[in-house]
Amino acid sequence: MAKPEKGPKKIRLKILRQEAPEKKESRRWDTFEVDCTANMTVHEALEKIRRSPVTTEGKTVSPPAWEAACLEDVCGACAMLVNGKVAQACSLRVEEASPKGKPIVLEPLKKFTLERDLVVDRTRVFDGLKRVKAWIALEGTAPRGPGPVVGPDDQAERYALSRCTACGLCLEACPEVRESGRFVGAAAIGQARLFEIHPTGALHSRERTESLMEDGGVADCGKAQNCVEVCPAKVPLIDAIGEMSRATTKRLLFGWLLK
Amino acid sequence: MTRRSAVRSESGKLRRVAIVGGGVAGLSATLRLAELGVPVDLFSLVPVRRSHSVVAQGGIAGGDGSGTEADARAFFEETVEAGGFLAHQPPVLGMALAAPEIVDLFDRMGVPFHRTTEGRVDRRRLSGASVARAAFAGATTGQQILYALDEQVRRLEAEPVLDERGLRVPGESLVRKLERWDFLEIVRDDAGTCVGLVAQELVSMDIKAFAYDAVLLATGGPGSIFGKSAYGATSTSAAVAAVVRQGAVYANGEFIQMHPTAVRGANKLHVVSDALRAEGARLWVPAGKTDRRAPREIPEKERDYFLERASPSHGNLASADVATRAILAICLKEERGVFDPDTETNQQAVYLDATHVGQRTLRARLGGAIDTWEKLTGVNVCTTPLQVFPAVSYSMGGLWVDYEAGSGGTIVPLSPRNQATSIPGLYAAGEVEYQYHGANRLGGGSLLSCTYGGLLAAGAIAAYRAAMERSALDLPKSIFEKSQKASEKAYGDLLGRGQEDDAAENPYALSDELGEKMLRDCTAERSDEALDALSAKLEELGERAQKTKALDTSTRANAAVPAMRRLEGAVLLSRVIVASARHRGESRGAHFKPSKPSRDDAAWLKTTLARWQDDAPKVVDAFDASCAGKTISHSSAIDTSLVSVRPSTTEGKA
Repeated sequence: MAKPEKGPKKIRLKILRQEAPEKKESRRWDTFEVDCTANMTVHEALEKIRRSPVTTEGKTVSPPAWEAACLEDVCGACAMLVNGKVAQACSLRVEEASPKGKPIVLEPLKKFTLERDLVVDRTRVFDGLKRVKAWIALEGTAPRGPGPVVGPDDQAERYALSRCTACGLCLEACPEVRESGRFVGAAAIGQARLFEIHPTGALHSRERTESLMEDGGVADCGKAQNCVEVCPAKVPLIDAIGEMSRATTKRLLFGWLLK
Repeated sequence: MTRRSAVRSESGKLRRVAIVGGGVAGLSATLRLAELGVPVDLFSLVPVRRSHSVVAQGGIAGGDGSGTEADARAFFEETVEAGGFLAHQPPVLGMALAAPEIVDLFDRMGVPFHRTTEGRVDRRRLSGASVARAAFAGATTGQQILYALDEQVRRLEAEPVLDERGLRVPGESLVRKLERWDFLEIVRDDAGTCVGLVAQELVSMDIKAFAYDAVLLATGGPGSIFGKSAYGATSTSAAVAAVVRQGAVYANGEFIQMHPTAVRGANKLHVVSDALRAEGARLWVPAGKTDRRAPREIPEKERDYFLERASPSHGNLASADVATRAILAICLKEERGVFDPDTETNQQAVYLDATHVGQRTLRARLGGAIDTWEKLTGVNVCTTPLQVFPAVSYSMGGLWVDYEAGSGGTIVPLSPRNQATSIPGLYAAGEVEYQYHGANRLGGGSLLSCTYGGLLAAGAIAAYRAAMERSALDLPKSIFEKSQKASEKAYGDLLGRGQEDDAAENPYALSDELGEKMLRDCTAERSDEALDALSAKLEELGERAQKTKALDTSTRANAAVPAMRRLEGAVLLSRVIVASARHRGESRGAHFKPSKPSRDDAAWLKTTLARWQDDAPKVVDAFDASCAGKTISHSSAIDTSLVSVRPSTTEGKA
């Protein structure tokens, strides 16, 4: 029997391909094999594939499309499903995704409209930020001195919330979020909380909390807590949902007094 | 004379301006233009919240908190000196004076800056600085600042355009975002003025020419040309290469900063912010060249804290150029990098050690960055020293831009000349231009110059637009149709290229080849011989780049074909940078020639000006640029009217 050839370890990636949402007939799986290098990430494996986009059946295909920007886990661009679980391709190491060397399965996020291959349209996440008015109502850019005094504890909570990249993984993992549903999702609720605990942001608490009392607001949260488990930035989403839920209840009960 | 409408053109069209790039510079400009009532179209390769500014870590330089002019002056002098006196001084002074207001502005926007015990904005000292001037949010400050601007611009998307009577213009919002659009080139009228742009939507792949009264490029640094670097996937250098090809002057291209402390990751090199050194981390190598012990087993007296030796005044917070050269000297010349017992060799790495600082302090002051570094490197900086080596992270050089200063070197805030490129109607702000950092950038400087440049450009564009004889929106359609057709044809040609040709190359593989060559011969050390060879190599790569294969022939969301044209742009800009490096016969800041190891002010205290002529880069000594109807001659001479040039106290010692 011939000895197995010595060489770099190989890894297979099985990728779900589709050219456009309406082109269901173009849906197929392509499998590629790449040389595994130390600390290789899923992103880097995809980069290797595009340098030589030939499947294991020897067929030359178009390079798979995926999103990438910062390549250091802070921008949220490269979110996708890896072996059925949500992940960011730039920080997930191949050996973590497949400790026993089994093929790695890549699919696009499923709660968003497909654009192509692993790319989806996540406008919905940004629309959520618009809906909850996640901003300070700034008067303008002319000098007005410093902002309000903020205590170190509030700053620490706000900093944790401000790490949200709008990657959309919390929406993907949430059982209450459906492609056609109205639930705004954890990310936007977290960003609402970010401005609730800022002295200037709190001046506009009414419209922010009211936006979360509408259909698809904070009451739609089913408390599955998947969001906080999958959040790559460890944003304290459950705490934020709890706080915003309390704020909406308070407004519902006493809103007529607060107005 | 009837007053021209500020909002509508003669023919009744809405007079918009365009901003290309949605990082800190582009968003700052958007915010101020909208405030001035100028409707904006904002183009970006990615949703703006994912722009490259997100990776800035250490902080934003913003004064020491005293708000005094003495502090601003000291900061100004430090910036000019660290930059090897190569920056024109008035804009740097303008930036230094505005810095405290800029930090106040972000504070008002709700950026969660670290606080003092009284609840005010805290500061830390970053590399090259003599005092603590950087406001910071953990060690992810760029992310928090980018997001605050993203939030403000999102708020503006819902704002209407108002006409001069204060009435809503129906169906128009003040800011329109065109995300996932790729800028292709500017549109110029017969006089050469920029009157719009051509861009491609990256899902439908539709190409469209737009008319704009002015265009601002805020597209960031030349990432894709240095292979493995600290840049991400969106710093393509394509936009800047396109306008250089169209005639824009590029300045000081040879000044490429390497961040001294980066960790090799799989995708790229990950910068570990100076913030870690600001909190006490030290750089060292074992004193014994073949010390086999784990770093924490090596006693204090057997460690060589080489940067503290090389730079007694700044120690581990020496400016980036000094620290980088010290690490390169240890690893490459003295071959005393960390010893690897497995391979019996000295690595290209030194220790960055914060293990003595304490977990609690590091967590409180660096925040999420500790987790990010751990995820990417597998090392917790609180408990294990990192192995680091320099990585390309910033370009001081960029598009040449103008400024107008009044008496005492004060910037005229609403001059149409500020941030104007050599092409009338085309502006630039942020890392894409050259104006603020000279030969070397200080820590905390990039977020500041991006914001200041963006805000200044907005005022300039508003003034330029107000003074226009005729709005670009009233020009004949044929100008735009012609540009659009040319771009469509170029795209069609790329889409069909190399299909029958077995020898046609893969553009991604060719891009790697470019990166390797540029990294080897045109970063930390440049010899004229290597640059000449590189220059010839780049010509060859340029030819090969025009024969790459379209790896994807589909007409929707095609990423492979834009990669072909970006490669051509990257080669073009590389040639400009190499020509600039070859030209400068001295060492200064980030530019180092072993054959001419010191600064030579008599011959080289001047700007390198390069332009694209007859399909090749050409260094020029002077050029004319017209702006708002006036033509002005510009030369390579530097305005040093505010602080006298002196030999630097930190430079060249390492």
